[in-house]
Amino acid sequence: MLYSEKVMDHFKNPRNVGVIEDADGIGEVGNAKCGDIMKIYLKIDNDIITDIKFETFGCGSAIASSSMATELIKGKPVKDALKLTNKAVAEALDGLPPHKMHCSVLAEEAISSAIKDYYDKNNIPYTDDTFKSLAHSHEEE
Amino acid sequence: MNIYADNAATTKTSRTVIDAMLPYFDKFYANPSSLHTPGQEAMEALTRAREAVAKCIGAKPNEIIFTSGGSEADNQAIVSAAMIGKSKGKMHIISTAFEHHAVLHTLDKLEKEGFKITLLDVHENGMVSAEQVREAICDDTCLVTIMYANNEIGSIQPIKEIGAVCKEKNVLFHTDAVQAVGHVHIDVKDENIDMLSMSAHKFHGPKGVGVLYARTGIRLTNIIEGGAQEKGKRAGTHNMPAIAGMAVAIKEACDAIDTHTPKIVKMRDKLIEGLLQIPHTVLNGDRYSRLPGNVNVCFEGIEGESLLLMLDMDGIYASSGSACTSGSLDPSHVLLAIGRPHEIAHGSLRLSIDYDNTDEEMDYIIEKTKKVVEYLRNMSPVWSDLKKGKREYVIQ
Ligand SMILES: Cc1ncc(COP(=O)(O)O)c(C=O)c1O
Ligand SMILES: [Zn+2]
Repeated sequence: MLYSEKVMDHFKNPRNVGVIEDADGIGEVGNAKCGDIMKIYLKIDNDIITDIKFETFGCGSAIASSSMATELIKGKPVKDALKLTNKAVAEALDGLPPHKMHCSVLAEEAISSAIKDYYDKNNIPYTDDTFKSLAHSHEEE
Repeated sequence: MNIYADNAATTKTSRTVIDAMLPYFDKFYANPSSLHTPGQEAMEALTRAREAVAKCIGAKPNEIIFTSGGSEADNQAIVSAAMIGKSKGKMHIISTAFEHHAVLHTLDKLEKEGFKITLLDVHENGMVSAEQVREAICDDTCLVTIMYANNEIGSIQPIKEIGAVCKEKNVLFHTDAVQAVGHVHIDVKDENIDMLSMSAHKFHGPKGVGVLYARTGIRLTNIIEGGAQEKGKRAGTHNMPAIAGMAVAIKEACDAIDTHTPKIVKMRDKLIEGLLQIPHTVLNGDRYSRLPGNVNVCFEGIEGESLLLMLDMDGIYASSGSACTSGSLDPSHVLLAIGRPHEIAHGSLRLSIDYDNTDEEMDYIIEKTKKVVEYLRNMSPVWSDLKKGKREYVIQ
């Protein structure tokens, strides 16, 4: 099998699929040209991610990575969510095939991008360092 | 229900073929190059196999070279024609943008060695014309290589007309007929074909055996050097079980074309019509000049690999041209060649059916595909944008 049982479980029964109409932060990364797009919606209350939803256009591992990433940060403080790495997503899925690691990178980026949107909307200050994954992640692929 | 609908990738080896192969493992196992009696018995079987293959495509037995499959036959045909061309100072080769990689990568290699390669544009319906070939031929052209039928989108090319142009212009013509042999009638003489590649596993024969047909008088260049097998043009002890199997398979397939085709075409057309009922879906490849068992469509707003995984859960085994299934970052070069934009090419589905499939299976595939496409569209941000008018539909 190409994928682990965990990946298949999250692919078959993705957690947190959907949209949040009154989201506090929205992030979209990837593009249809390269075959994967992820969109993350966050509801944030008192710095805690109280709800999270995703929409994904992409392969099995892209869908599974979105699902797992949302599970990993749901109910967590925003600061913890910012620390989520693509490696942590891949590990939680019991690994991804090497040529599919970019899907987990996309999940990390999508979450960073949604949090950045939340920071921007609420004028929360941040440094260049805070969202460095957004600038660098493409080199890591 | 389990439905194998990936016959363009490979077919099930037929029972008669397996039975024909078995004696060559433990009974007629001698080397056909050996002088002793059992060796000569094997040689006779090899001769019979060569005759059987030749007969099915209207060739002469001495024009048949056994290879390890379609890829090797493609490599040898192209390299041979290139070497003939080079000896005459002709270094130009014409092909198309949607050939199999066995052809395209061989051409890449020749380009690095100084050959000039022209890849003809493929029309949106998956066709190239003899006129395009005529316009591209120049004094330096040594080879035209154009596939008989495309492996992804199934379009059947006007081979006889292309061959006639090549003949008139005195240019060698090779066709990769891996997807066509055993599925449509082919006559190499009537269709002006100088060289042709085929592969047994695409018509219910074993994997790892194929044939290069090369018209008498064409000097071949070895891809595999060694012993004197195949008139010294393809070294290596003959794979007798596979060759014997291939001979039975090709006869069985060619004999059945007229009786099988109507049923397969009927199922194919039902499938095409059913799938095109899904909104924003387009057929790839010509509607009529098409392999009997090939269906290939693009669905807007979804990605092919997830589509395949979902169908697999329903017991439907198909294929796709998405980047994630091609193993590269780009979707299928075939879909790009017919002008499908990247985002659409990622959402392709190929179903390649066969005589063994049934009408009920077609209904089941249509029903399940409709559900799966809807399900994936409902979680696709691309689809939401399309519905909200934030993005324009590529497929109307
Ligand atoms: C059009 C075409 N050419 C060449 C090949 C390669 O054939 P084989 O797998 O026998 O090397 C294939 C099969 O994948 C094919 O579809
Ligand atoms: Zn992917």
